[in-house]
Amino acid sequence: MTFEESLEDLTADVASLGFDLAALIAQRKIIIDDVRVNRHEIEETGEYDLEGLFIRLDHAIKSVRAKRVVLDTIEALFAGFSNPGILRMELARLFRWLKDKGVTAVITGERGEGTLTRHGLEEYVSDAVIVLDHRVDNQVSTRRLRIVKYRGSSHGTNEYPFLIGRSGLSVLPITSLGLQHEAPLDRVSTGLNALDAMLGGKGFYRGSSILLSGGAGTGKSSLAAHFVDATCRRGERCLYFLFEESPSQYMRNMRSIGIHLEAWMKDGRLHFHAARPALFGLEQHLVAMHREIEELRPSVVVVDPVNDLMSVGTANSVKATLLRLIDYLKTSHITALFSSLTAGDAHEQTTDTGISSLMDTWILLRAVEEKGQRHRGLYVLKSRGMPHSNELSPYSITDCGVQLVRRSPRTAKRRTR
Amino acid sequence: MTQAARKGAEQWNLRLYVAGQTPKCITAFANLKKLCEEHLGGNYTIEVIDLLKKPQLASGDQILAIPTLVRRLPPPIKRIIGDLSNTERVLVGLDLVPK
Repeated sequence: MTFEESLEDLTADVASLGFDLAALIAQRKIIIDDVRVNRHEIEETGEYDLEGLFIRLDHAIKSVRAKRVVLDTIEALFAGFSNPGILRMELARLFRWLKDKGVTAVITGERGEGTLTRHGLEEYVSDAVIVLDHRVDNQVSTRRLRIVKYRGSSHGTNEYPFLIGRSGLSVLPITSLGLQHEAPLDRVSTGLNALDAMLGGKGFYRGSSILLSGGAGTGKSSLAAHFVDATCRRGERCLYFLFEESPSQYMRNMRSIGIHLEAWMKDGRLHFHAARPALFGLEQHLVAMHREIEELRPSVVVVDPVNDLMSVGTANSVKATLLRLIDYLKTSHITALFSSLTAGDAHEQTTDTGISSLMDTWILLRAVEEKGQRHRGLYVLKSRGMPHSNELSPYSITDCGVQLVRRSPRTAKRRTR
Repeated sequence: MTQAARKGAEQWNLRLYVAGQTPKCITAFANLKKLCEEHLGGNYTIEVIDLLKKPQLASGDQILAIPTLVRRLPPPIKRIIGDLSNTERVLVGLDLVPK
């Protein structure tokens, strides 16, 4: 039952969310009663009630054997009738009546100043109250919802962000309550034999989270490209979130060091999602990422770079957001690679401490100036659950990708690639 | 010629929407009948619609409140809700006296 929008407007509006209202009406799945209340057309003379509303609802419910009823929005009733006493009584009766009918009813109302609803009645007579909110923080807006009340259930009490997109509304996954995910034992190659060797000879654990941090121009994206390339070569799908470059720019750059990703993208193994971080809030990014991951079901996710996400939120909220993302990826056994741009060589460890504790493997890339030349070196700062190398391995970025040079004699053999 | 008499010369078509024989509805009908006799002479028809029997008619005239009186003729359509006990307001609502 719509009080504010006409049937035509409503059909057009929800079409953009992926609902075909006209078809649903034709299939008799839904019936829309378009109620118009026009106060200046109505003269009130003495006692009345809203039995007409009940009769219309009853008729509509019967005609499609409805199980769900939506009243959008009852504010219109308050605008249309001047006697609030009668309205309050009738609304209370309406809520009871809907319940007796055995239908689930969603009733929308506007939020009042300091109270949940403007007329302070609906929240007492209803079984569940969900508050929707739209806030702007640092010029970024986020929609959030919160369950204030749900009789007979132990509901979550936090605010959860949600997104309205082309397939309707999506709410963020709830932070997992415990650390219960299973840890897979199998390993995936990093794409570089020498790096695999540094990680106990086998590469990353599947489903682990990896932080790749380093200063500007240390080759974070290049290393990520090796990993992506190796993933696609195994025939697995990979989802790459790019926050600084466009996919074509990224692929061009990788082509210059001999990594060809176009073919993977064409056959659907590699999927890019490029967006400016400031486009929307952190939470919304998470929702969008979550949805992409749900759709593609990749085995590897790359976030390049994760810093840009930090620019849209505070350190705490970024950590909480990443935690939720990582939790989700872990439970789905998706390996995640995060690249992180560190400010300078001196601070490279401190800047990432906020998020590094969430990571299973932390690889540090650094550039050292020596004799008028810039040398690059890589070391594994930590890697949970495996023996790993502790040395700083020099590497260079060549026409054939990243080339690691290992000093120890054991790997001297591996240098020939 | 008074305004009431002038209006009275036109043909009036009134609809009273009720839901069963509730006291409010009976009162409304009695009040309407009396008022029409006094102000409209014989030039009126009253159609009583019981929505309990014909619920499908409620949406056509946008009925929410019961009882509702709808002036179908002469145009424009007017809606008056309540038991019509306030004769003054009903006459205003029906344009029989100026506001």
